Amino acid sequence: MASRKKKTGVVSWFADVGIADRPTVGGKGGSLGELTQAGIAVPPGFVVTTSAFEQFLGALEARESVRDKVEALDPDDLDAATRLSQHLRARVMGEAMPPEVETAIMQAMRELCADGQPVAVRSSATTEDAEDASFAGLQDTFLWVLTPQDMALKVRECWGSMYSVESMIYRRKQHFPELGVAMAVVVQRMVDAACAGVMFTRSPTTGDKSVIVIEGAWGLGSAVVSGEVTPDRWVVGKITGDITVRDVSDKHAKQVPAVGGGIIEVELEGDDRTTACLTDDQLMGLRDVGRKVERHYGKPQDIEWALDKQGNILLLQSRPETVWSVKDAAAKPVAEKVANPLAHVMNIFGGRK
Amino acid sequence: MSDTPKGFPLPSSLKVVPGTEAAQAAYPYYTQFVPEDDAKFWFYNSMHFPEPMHHFDMITAEAAYVAMGAFNTRVHVLPTAKGVDHRIINGRVYIGGIAVTDPDEIAERVGEFQQRAFYYYENWDRLYGQWKVKMKVLIADAQALPTPSLPKYEPLETTHTGKGVAANHDLLKIYQQQVEGYHRMWHHHFEFLLLGYGAYMTLFDFCKKAFPEITDQAISRMVAGMDSEIFRPDEEVKRLARRAVELGVDGHFTDNADIAAVLAGLDAVGAAGKDWLAELETSRNPWFEVSSGDGFYHYHRSWNDDLSMPFAALPGYIEKIKAGTNITRPTAQLIEEREQLVVDYRELLDTDEDRATFDQLIELAHRVFPYVEGHKFYCEHWYTTLFFNKIREFGRLLLGYGFFGPDGVEEDVFHLTQYELESAIVDLMLAWGIGGDPRGPTYWPPIVAQRKAAIAEWGKHPTAPALGNVPDAIDDPAINMLWGITRENLDRWLDDGSENDKELKGFAACSGVVEGTARIVKSVQEIGRLQQGDILVCQVTNPTWSPIFQKIAAAVSDIGGSMSHMAIVAREYGLPAVVGTGKATTMIKDGQRIRVDGGRGIVTILEDA
Repeated sequence: MASRKKKTGVVSWFADVGIADRPTVGGKGGSLGELTQAGIAVPPGFVVTTSAFEQFLGALEARESVRDKVEALDPDDLDAATRLSQHLRARVMGEAMPPEVETAIMQAMRELCADGQPVAVRSSATTEDAEDASFAGLQDTFLWVLTPQDMALKVRECWGSMYSVESMIYRRKQHFPELGVAMAVVVQRMVDAACAGVMFTRSPTTGDKSVIVIEGAWGLGSAVVSGEVTPDRWVVGKITGDITVRDVSDKHAKQVPAVGGGIIEVELEGDDRTTACLTDDQLMGLRDVGRKVERHYGKPQDIEWALDKQGNILLLQSRPETVWSVKDAAAKPVAEKVANPLAHVMNIFGGRK
Repeated sequence: MSDTPKGFPLPSSLKVVPGTEAAQAAYPYYTQFVPEDDAKFWFYNSMHFPEPMHHFDMITAEAAYVAMGAFNTRVHVLPTAKGVDHRIINGRVYIGGIAVTDPDEIAERVGEFQQRAFYYYENWDRLYGQWKVKMKVLIADAQALPTPSLPKYEPLETTHTGKGVAANHDLLKIYQQQVEGYHRMWHHHFEFLLLGYGAYMTLFDFCKKAFPEITDQAISRMVAGMDSEIFRPDEEVKRLARRAVELGVDGHFTDNADIAAVLAGLDAVGAAGKDWLAELETSRNPWFEVSSGDGFYHYHRSWNDDLSMPFAALPGYIEKIKAGTNITRPTAQLIEEREQLVVDYRELLDTDEDRATFDQLIELAHRVFPYVEGHKFYCEHWYTTLFFNKIREFGRLLLGYGFFGPDGVEEDVFHLTQYELESAIVDLMLAWGIGGDPRGPTYWPPIVAQRKAAIAEWGKHPTAPALGNVPDAIDDPAINMLWGITRENLDRWLDDGSENDKELKGFAACSGVVEGTARIVKSVQEIGRLQQGDILVCQVTNPTWSPIFQKIAAAVSDIGGSMSHMAIVAREYGLPAVVGTGKATTMIKDGQRIRVDGGRGIVTILEDA
């Protein structure tokens, strides 16, 4: 049955995994491991590997088939998909977690958060396509999760998202064999960010690789990622450090941890709304980190970052930029090859349209 | 034809300011607008000629356009553009490019251009070496021209040597040689200019395509730290500041000091003072032959003629040296930074082809840069100030013969056109020869008075930035490169009315955001008003103002593109600057607090003075 290597444990720490471990820790987990190993400041954490998922699914399958039912689904029959989704998700939530899995992940969280610090729980898909944000349902994120028990519940919810209507239909349309489909879940110490946001190591608007675009707002990055708040925006020369664009926006709210777990939105007033959330020094710090990550991967990155209350820069995620890299593949050289290099001056002197 | 909804006034709608008709008519006939000119597009060349033109100073426009036209049209044979035509009204110089639009003609010109321009690029160093020799010879020739004068009787030597030519003939000879030299200088000026800018712009163009959001500053830093004569005058001021400290005479230099008193004080203070004055002499020859302006007007004097600029800069440099700051132009650092930038940007290119092109264009830009900046020292500065000083000598001679009336001054000579001046010289030659009286003393004083009044009057009337209908595209590389005129700019000028009156937009010349007190400086005589940390606001800045860059926090100008000398030098000094705002000196008031965002090209008026 499962061709998974025996030695893969239920829990893998960031420091022990890399991008090559994607099949067991997913893209997000692999990337966080890779960054950790590259010496970039990432809040520590672990991955609940696909092995944990397989064990859980094994228990489910033992009772009643899961994969066969998904495989048999007609992607055009939305009603059937909806019924199957409700059925399978209820089963995922109802099935007890195998005790060795539950014990291992709760123990890992106690180790991770000996001080009682909350965690973020995020799904980490194993297929390249799943990185696509449009692949809804596989991007579940639970923030400010307080207890190991709650964390285990969120892990189970991430697993359940495998059986969302969109996710199942997508797999069927792509003809992915269900046997190879699995999910890892990232559990990461969560920073109560002073401000947070995203960073692209090439311009999203022009594809220019010589600039870094940084967006950020007060509080947790979720406000920026979800588009609830218009972030401040800067364009910084990747090589020169020149700040060529500074758009400080009116940030009407911020998202902060809620006392009982999860997050809440708080309205902002006065100067907080219109004060830039990053200083020039912090922008330069982010640029350094962005360059380092880009160099590590050898290609432009799409990064989520946070600044903790002490001003430390932490990376929450990094994935390869996809839109422009696709265009690059088809792009022609900036200047056509010419027999005499001096012919390039004709671009200025005209007569060459 | 009034079918264009948006356009500038037609030339025929521009009226000569009442009362100045005679002064207007005195400019040469071929510079007067005619009805046919309505069909063309013209723009006010406020970059080179921001102030109403004295009649004599029109020689600069004339000689420059004669030479530039010849090189563009017939020597290098630019494919899409010939020369620029010029007109003058109310003392303002309007110019319009002559485009080549026939595809067959363009194709023919491409073939010619490539044979000619590429030869220059391939043999650049040799030809530029030769150019410097030519310029030095030309300068030496001008320096060797005697001061025009008329003796009572010819010296006996004329008789003994059988010279056969009398002194009055020398007046004509000196004048004509000097005018000929000025024209020749402008030919030399354009021998390399467009090719140099073009090569530099080719690198800019490539970088902007490869890196759409790259700043001009980043590109120009890839060509920074090049050796060029134009940086030398400022280095000499720094050297003099250093010597003043070493000799212990630094206490003599203070802000707003009376320069003659400082020099006298140094002379009186003993050996150290005399040593410093000797150092000053060393620097002056030739490095203070640099103009305080851009050299296009007779009143743009050289540092040698007016020491205001170096003396305004000395106290600041001295203070920095005493505080232990290294003020030397950081050439080694600029070179190191330049090489690193080239490596880093090169790495970001996607293909080997692009990397190969980039390498070639960097190399070409480095090859041409010394000329692009260096020629100014020889042409607009050294030669031009020499030239105007020679004309001044004629002014003094004519003044002595009463040509400008009892209250006249030698500077009055600049109210005559170059052709009128020749006729006045002939008048004097004739009078001296026949032993009679020249007619000039009764003829010229009322004319000079009229023109003086006209120039003053014209200065009060702002003029339209452009005339005629805007062409769909401006495909003239010279106009794009030298004046920064693009279709987008013109649209911005036309939109002027709707703009916010607290904000000005221009070219982002050098990044950095600075707030400070605006100091409107209209001429070099006002340089002394700049205080540490002020923001310089001027019509046109000039590379020779760089000594005061140490004092100011940012610079803003009315005129200039991202390739203007101001922009190049600001980037070299890392001074935040916005150029080509169009109206900074009229919108911003002296003493107002303003913010300059050099990276975005925006100047904001924060509060009133």
